[in-house]
Amino acid sequence: MRGSHILARLLADPASAELVRDWTSIFSMARAQSLLGSLGWRLEDQDLPEKAASILAVAQRDYESARTQSLWEAEMARRALAPLGVPVVLLKGTAYAAAGLDAGRGRSIGDLDILVPREALGEVQAALLAAGWEWVKEDEYDDLYYRRWMHELPPLIHKERDRMIDVHHTILPLTARLKPDAAALIEDSVEMDSGLRILSPPDMVIHSAAHLFADGDMAGGLRNLWDIDRLVRQFSEEPDFWSRLGERARRHQLEAATSRALRLATRLYGTPVEARLAGPRPALDLLFERRLLARDGWGRATRPILRFAFYVRSHWLRMPPLMLARHLWTKWRRPKKAASNV
Amino acid sequence: MLLDGLTILYHRPSGMTHILVTPAPEILAALGDAPADPEELLRRICERFEIEAEDAAEAVAARLAELEAAGLVRRA
Amino acid sequence: MRHRLDLRIGPVTFRIGSDWRAPLAELERLYAPYPEPDGIADFTVRLEAERIWRRWIRPSVGIRGDHNLPDAAPLALRHGLLAAEMAMNLQMALGQRRFLLLHAATVERDGKALLMTGESGAGKSTLAALLGERGWRLMGDEFALVDLDTLALHPFPRMISLKNEAIGLFADAPPERLGPLLQDTPKGRIRHLRPCADAIARMDEPAPPAFILFPRFGRDFERAVRPVGAAEAFVRLTQASTNYIALGERGFEALTGLVAAAPAWGIDYSDTDGALALVEEVSR
Repeated sequence: MRGSHILARLLADPASAELVRDWTSIFSMARAQSLLGSLGWRLEDQDLPEKAASILAVAQRDYESARTQSLWEAEMARRALAPLGVPVVLLKGTAYAAAGLDAGRGRSIGDLDILVPREALGEVQAALLAAGWEWVKEDEYDDLYYRRWMHELPPLIHKERDRMIDVHHTILPLTARLKPDAAALIEDSVEMDSGLRILSPPDMVIHSAAHLFADGDMAGGLRNLWDIDRLVRQFSEEPDFWSRLGERARRHQLEAATSRALRLATRLYGTPVEARLAGPRPALDLLFERRLLARDGWGRATRPILRFAFYVRSHWLRMPPLMLARHLWTKWRRPKKAASNV
Repeated sequence: MLLDGLTILYHRPSGMTHILVTPAPEILAALGDAPADPEELLRRICERFEIEAEDAAEAVAARLAELEAAGLVRRA
Repeated sequence: MRHRLDLRIGPVTFRIGSDWRAPLAELERLYAPYPEPDGIADFTVRLEAERIWRRWIRPSVGIRGDHNLPDAAPLALRHGLLAAEMAMNLQMALGQRRFLLLHAATVERDGKALLMTGESGAGKSTLAALLGERGWRLMGDEFALVDLDTLALHPFPRMISLKNEAIGLFADAPPERLGPLLQDTPKGRIRHLRPCADAIARMDEPAPPAFILFPRFGRDFERAVRPVGAAEAFVRLTQASTNYIALGERGFEALTGLVAAAPAWGIDYSDTDGALALVEEVSR
């Protein structure tokens, strides 16, 4: 099997562990795509070589303490924002962990991502700055770009705890041609015991799909698609999940992304999906599959031309062409930074 | 955990280690009995250590603010 | 990758891939007496050309692996051995979670391990290397691995990296134990020294921590020894650890256990002989 196929198969079908010959390569691929903790959870009950089992056990313990720290960060944000009385919705990894969803099991969690109403952005920013968060960088162009066009505030970092928070007011950049209904996302969100909120099940899947395709160049795609697989498997036990998912995807103008995510999840992870919503498989899906699996046994990204195509595509999705030209021009004129985390 | 008179505390919910100097551990101990507002807290500490409220007020208030910023103490 | 070498150092196995043969050939020679690796690697390291043509034209070795620093600068191919050692260290510093990792040198005698840590330039690596030639067993000159369950220190006897003046102290070492002299590296002059046969033969033998030393070096320092309290030792060791925070409560338990079990001293020295005498004094 080529590329990360074997890793995807292990996640989907833990029993295939007995076929693995080269664990070192599996671990490098999994680390490169932040999937080692998830793999550890999936292979918990398998009979593995001692060394492989020990590496995965350590990865899971590592995940446990990362999870503790992430949930604490969410709690500190909650304390800072509670006096404002605005809804605060956790997104992505922290949300999965806080809600105890399967998608969160072993999943690496990066920055804290929260969604707040757009009109509350000013007071949220002020409250965070008052509680010890500060701007990561003071760079005029980036700052302007973020505020005017992106779907989030420029990143803030806590000066004591050294952890970043991304404050979103919608789930796609304002420049993207698609306009998800941010108010509806918040309105339908679900309150947890802590007072923090998470997206409703269909919105969570849709956000995850939007994130998979529209954010970045799909470098961490295999992990994002794994989120979708786990979310869908768990949520589709609800009888009306599929009809709600279709309805919400239309409302957020994200039907195409949602359908494609479902098709790819089925292809790579065998996710059971509703055929009508997933739709027929166009030839283009094959390119997406190849992009998602473009990683070799040394953890290196392969298929440079295909990756470049996706990189351009991701910028194109975010911005109208004239603006894209302006953006790439400005980026190009500035000295190159430590090559983006591509 | 006490090491040479300093209290080293592992705070499980946050995964953070704190090193506390007097009167921070005493504040935490006094709050451990039951939640209290700042006045009540000051009264408990003064009673336990037999000190005057005026002498302790400033130190207790300063440490309390630090403990709140560190997330070890929170407002109800 | 084109070339591959697997190495086991104590409890850690590395898989090293390289675009060039030369750095691996040097590693292979230096690590020749080390035992065969046990199959599955803990960490993968990649020495790769930053751009494809950099394989041949002014070749520069990019340092990559399972764990990466985005701004790790590449090294010249003639410093390939250093690049490989740095890449392995980087995996340990960023990715090691099985042990509490301290940036410290360790030596052992009569079943008692001595742990030395300090700011870079304090000479812990050189002191450990010298002790390793004088009746102590060198366990590691760079990283101390604290067992999270037993608190024992696990050996990690990688190549000792001698810097600048320290190189001269080992001029008499047998040539097969020495790497090439690397001039003008980003860290100055570097030469690698393979630990004694004893250190390699006993690299699977942990030892309980018995003493902690915080050496400080200064040309005009008065020779001095002072006890360091457990709380201060704790704080200084958290600063010397690369994974204390990531380990959470297990790290806390291990480190408080360590400072409770092993008394700590600060020593000031101005010459290596004086330092060795102080070590003997403290460990008695």
